[in-house]
Amino acid sequence: MSKQAPDGRDHYLADFRKFTLNGGAHAPAWLMELRERAAGQFAKIGFPTVKEEAWRFTSVSSLLETPFTPARSDVVHSASALAGLTVGGDAGNRLVFVNGRFESAPSSVRGLPPGVRFESLQSALETSPEVVRKHLGQHARFDENGFTALSTAFVRDGAFLHIPRGVDLRDPLEILFLSAPVGGAWVSHPRILIVVDEGARGVVVERYAGADTGPYFTNTVTELVLGDGARLDHCRVQQEGASAYHLAATHSTQGRDSVLESCSVALGSALTRHDIGAVMNGAGGNLILNGLTLAGGRQHIDHHTTIDHAQPHCESHELFNGIFDEQSRGVFTGRIIVRPGAQRTDSKQTNNNLLLSPEARADSQPQLEIYADDVKCTHGATLGPVDDAAMFYLRSRGLDALEARNLLTYGFAADVISRLGSEAMRSHLYPVLLERLCRQRTGATA
Amino acid sequence: MLEIKDLRATVEGKEILKGISLSVKAGEVHAIMGPNGSGKSTLAQLLAGHPAYTVTGGSVTYLGKDLLDMDPEERAREGVFLAFQYPVTIRGVTNAYFLRSAVNAIRKARGQEEYDPIDFLDVLHEKLKAIGWDDALMNRPVNDGFSGGEKKRNEILQMAVLEPKLSLLDETDSGLDIDALKTVAEAVNRLRKPDTAAIVVTHYQRLLNYIVPDHVHVLAEGRILKSGGRELALELEARGYDWLLSERAVA
Repeated sequence: MSKQAPDGRDHYLADFRKFTLNGGAHAPAWLMELRERAAGQFAKIGFPTVKEEAWRFTSVSSLLETPFTPARSDVVHSASALAGLTVGGDAGNRLVFVNGRFESAPSSVRGLPPGVRFESLQSALETSPEVVRKHLGQHARFDENGFTALSTAFVRDGAFLHIPRGVDLRDPLEILFLSAPVGGAWVSHPRILIVVDEGARGVVVERYAGADTGPYFTNTVTELVLGDGARLDHCRVQQEGASAYHLAATHSTQGRDSVLESCSVALGSALTRHDIGAVMNGAGGNLILNGLTLAGGRQHIDHHTTIDHAQPHCESHELFNGIFDEQSRGVFTGRIIVRPGAQRTDSKQTNNNLLLSPEARADSQPQLEIYADDVKCTHGATLGPVDDAAMFYLRSRGLDALEARNLLTYGFAADVISRLGSEAMRSHLYPVLLERLCRQRTGATA
Repeated sequence: MLEIKDLRATVEGKEILKGISLSVKAGEVHAIMGPNGSGKSTLAQLLAGHPAYTVTGGSVTYLGKDLLDMDPEERAREGVFLAFQYPVTIRGVTNAYFLRSAVNAIRKARGQEEYDPIDFLDVLHEKLKAIGWDDALMNRPVNDGFSGGEKKRNEILQMAVLEPKLSLLDETDSGLDIDALKTVAEAVNRLRKPDTAAIVVTHYQRLLNYIVPDHVHVLAEGRILKSGGRELALELEARGYDWLLSERAVA
């Protein structure tokens, strides 16, 4: 007997109407208009179903069974919730959000060079209205993805970073989205806009963390804009609570000779889907797009990437490793588009999946669409259990079978982390991985 | 130290070793030579516990214990070391971390205190110095992107750190230029002690100019055809393997 899947559209549209009259009021006219357009698009396309090719392996029906309502804003966060979640410690610059809303007390911004804006999106609407208006919602398209449309309809709070021309910022700036229990099932739509101007440089850590206190829904959108010759190191760490739904889109646009080094580390949640769209919009651009998934229990974690080589002489290197234990599963999609005229494109894609249990499953889908003739595009994928030859090698050196398997699993994950350009991030993430892998091995996941 | 008696083994149902007997005493170096496909690499890997091989007959006694009854890691902890012909790449694990994990696994099994990272660095640097190498490869993932020569040298470094009693060198000389060959041989010679032994598997006599064996055995078609002293290796160098094979055919 088939049950009609709940559509969920009306519920969110009703909440959107309330939002425009309440929390979303007092916004600039252009922002109101952007929200209305996004809501209109959401009303038209709704949530994706497994009948759509891009969502074939990813069912969101369980998400739609719960009527998530907008998160309350009167949550009191506890300082201890920050423990272990910052890279820079007390000295670092960070913006902290609780259930999607900016919290000034745990946040800390000081000593940044003149002209750098690192603040909440609400505040940026006052201080940098032109930059926000120029970029917000312009890079994260919402014509096809219902979640991005919904998130854009509710856009209100989030993080804003603007590094003006020529400013070189090497210390990690941290953006932390914490989820705290407030009773009931709630949704937040955090937004991140990062603009790195010509010749400027920055390092950003975007992190989502929550405890396992029941289901909640994070529906987040990040836009990264790199000017000519800019460089951004962007590391994203997802450690949501075990019952959380994490739907995310990251969209980047790169100018000439710019470098974006991005890493998406997904550890938590019950269901995560992260769509990444990268547009190489200037000649000579360089993109390093890496990712790591650690899934166990009944977790489902996806990375769907689209790299659009719109201009010639660009390089993209993509490495996604996934480790799937118990009954977990995940999907990697690697779509690469080389536009007509994007000659001398050099693109390499690798997706490795380690299956630690016979019940775990991973799907890998490379999709190459090449419309130029002078290009180099390679892709490769692996799928399977721990390598026998490597097991014997380690055991012949004295490690027992369990130690050997753990070391190989750790190495599989560390392979991605070791490529991060930021030493601070590398040394921060190794113990996070170890802790997560140890927990997985002892049976408690996420 | 090692007593192999009428050892027979198969891989995927095919018999590779057809009755090998060999006795290795402490302090000795044995060379095993033979044409490709003779079974000499199989013998080395089998002694280290490679799971691909099934023993179908015979026995192997190592320091009074049944070697064939032990898991690969138990053999390592008892002092058996195989220098791989094709060392395996371990991504994401640095050489230094791997070496420390290995030495600590062995120390733990022997009831010795494990090295902490700082103490181990001292040990590692001492070993590197002893074999005349720097630490350039220590923070790179194990064998990842190493040249053929670097991989072989890395095997010898592991051997130096783990200080085995019985070393099995599986074609460690293949693919090495003469300088690399000499450094590898010097490292092996430095580890020669009255209470250790080595079995050197090689296709060529060349290595044996630098690691001088006490005994030389010629393996072909899964059997030892001939055993002798160092002069046998020189004779093989001059005459090749065919005369031995045809001698056997006539007999």
